[in-house]
Amino acid sequence: MTESPAPGTDTVAGVSPDDVQFRFREDEMADHAQVTVDAFLEQADAAAVRIEPGDDARALIPHLERLKLAEVNFPAFGDGRGYSSARILREAGYAGELRAVGDVLVDQLGYMRRCGFDSFAPDAPIAASDAEAALARWPHVYQNAADARRTIPEARHE
Amino acid sequence: MYAYDQYDQAMVDARVAEFRDQAQRRLDGKLSEDQFKPLRLMNGLYLQLHAYMLRVAVPYGTLDSRQMHALAEIADKYDRGYGHFTTRQNIQYNWIRLEDAADILADLAKVEMHAIQTSGNCIRNISSDHFAGAAADELIDPRPYAELLRQWSSFHPEFSYLPRKFKIAVIASDTDRAAMKLHDIGIQIVRNDAGAIGAAFYVGGGMGRTPMIAPCIREFVALDQLVTYAEACLRVYNRHGRRDNKYKARIKILVHELGAQEYAAQVEAEFAHLLDQGVEPPLAELERIATFFADPPFEDDAATEIDRSDPDFALWVDRNTHPHKTPGYVSAVISLKPVGGIPGDASADQMHLMAELAKDYSFDECRVMHTQNIVLPHVKIADLHALWSKLDEAGLGSPNLDTVEDIIACPGLDYCSLANARSIPVAQKIQQRFADSGRTAELGELKLKISGCINACGHHHAGHIGILGVDRKGTENYQLLLGGSEAQDTSLAKITGPGFDEDGIVDAVEKATDVYLSNRADGERFLDTYRRIGMAPFKEALYD
Ligand code: SF4
Repeated sequence: MTESPAPGTDTVAGVSPDDVQFRFREDEMADHAQVTVDAFLEQADAAAVRIEPGDDARALIPHLERLKLAEVNFPAFGDGRGYSSARILREAGYAGELRAVGDVLVDQLGYMRRCGFDSFAPDAPIAASDAEAALARWPHVYQNAADARRTIPEARHE
Repeated sequence: MYAYDQYDQAMVDARVAEFRDQAQRRLDGKLSEDQFKPLRLMNGLYLQLHAYMLRVAVPYGTLDSRQMHALAEIADKYDRGYGHFTTRQNIQYNWIRLEDAADILADLAKVEMHAIQTSGNCIRNISSDHFAGAAADELIDPRPYAELLRQWSSFHPEFSYLPRKFKIAVIASDTDRAAMKLHDIGIQIVRNDAGAIGAAFYVGGGMGRTPMIAPCIREFVALDQLVTYAEACLRVYNRHGRRDNKYKARIKILVHELGAQEYAAQVEAEFAHLLDQGVEPPLAELERIATFFADPPFEDDAATEIDRSDPDFALWVDRNTHPHKTPGYVSAVISLKPVGGIPGDASADQMHLMAELAKDYSFDECRVMHTQNIVLPHVKIADLHALWSKLDEAGLGSPNLDTVEDIIACPGLDYCSLANARSIPVAQKIQQRFADSGRTAELGELKLKISGCINACGHHHAGHIGILGVDRKGTENYQLLLGGSEAQDTSLAKITGPGFDEDGIVDAVEKATDVYLSNRADGERFLDTYRRIGMAPFKEALYD
């Protein structure tokens, strides 16, 4: 199903489902029209948002009910604000698709998964075998984050 | 001291495997230097003027003899037989080949060491008081808290791409020996009025081109909320720290621009939210870590008197030892500042010797100081003469701790690609000048710090006397600064006026010390006299 945005609304250049390279969700991928955070807040029927590094993900929290897809843009891999945006949404209970797009590199996939991202549309495609190796790299984790992994401190004291 | 369990070891081993793969891809030409750079930086591998430099983490500066021996072997096997101890309590090797880097990391992993997060825009190695667990004046050993934070900050999923690098120091004594307030986060472990132990957080300090002293943003964080509060501090920074300008990206700029109160309020809100998110490790983990830092078996009734008839020995004892909490013991400092040497450098042989001495005289433990010296934390007073004799024989017995010869100097233009001027030769000339004039002892405590550029790795802002290398129309030029301190009376040094050339700066330092000697009141250090009489008399002597 394709939802076309009403004329005159500011749809942004979100990625299309075809660009998604890796996805860790069971539900079917829908083609929602991603709009800016400001537009999402104004348009009561918007279901998908694209979060830029400078956007405040907190503003979305009162509207999680209708949010089906949150796309977080990483214009440059070194700008790590998107990691916080992702965790903020997950901590608020958002369970929909959380997609990392842009300058997403193989060495970042593990951290992104831990922050709650469950789909990836990197600008430069990543070889599936490299992604698999990167995601399997860390046998353990030290910190609690947005995933359900048991942490090292928890394992030590159970 | 802390020992890895299977989990810590598995994490470090995974890192070695990952880096081996990355380095191989670079060597095979599958990764460009641009792509490889952020990866190698996460593993402490820098490209310097002449070769790669590898920075190895020494968490809170603590090493056992096995580790110190391993560092020596790396110096021999992969470098030119030297290592350089840094102002972050780490060690750097300046002549590394990319082909060897993964093997070095593997050698380190065998002795529970690594180079993780010693560079890059992430949380760096946690530093601490070099006399931790030994000092007579400390409340409690701060290192368990540093270790807890080391684990929390290692491979942190949210905070590995911060606006800039991030440095944390933890102390637990009112005397600050770790420049705590000049860190992104400085933590002082304190006891509150109710008698509970907790942490005071100072956030937004730093050196670099805009030095700032960190304000206290919370006087007491309970021990079972320490990680959560740190997480809140970092999240506010990660979201709001500036990313448009590298020179304004440190947290000190955010705290300064928001104001400490507003920053603290935002952290407080984030903290309240995170308390419900279960980010804190169980308190039992802190207790587990603390057991590793239990006191070694000190002897009761160890002798407190020594034979001081050898004046050289007596001088070294007076200068290079520090009071210990246990009667009959002291902490003894091994100076890596022999006159004419390179501040902080140690040869492989010296490292092996220091390892042996740590084993024989200090319960198998030594520490790297941020002043680029090595401490044996727990030495029996009765053993001091034997220890000193061995040090002296190996050229490690310089009695110059905290004197004008105990200079902190960054690598400068001899190694560093960012440098404007050389630091090391200036340090050597100054040491030589005072060694020749015999004034070192007379001047007493005088902390002199040299940076080869405005990035301030040599902490020049915090020197009683600071020297900053600048570029003046293509020639090396040195500015003189006076009145800084990184101790509990933290202050930032001020520039005296126009800069000097290499010989001129040595003369200028000597003139400044002359002004001190002719003005000092009883018991005053250089810094005290400067604070009392102000800049004017120094300027007059320097420029008239
Ligand atoms: S202060 Fe400048 S010259 Fe010295 S090590 Fe740092 S960046 Fe290099």
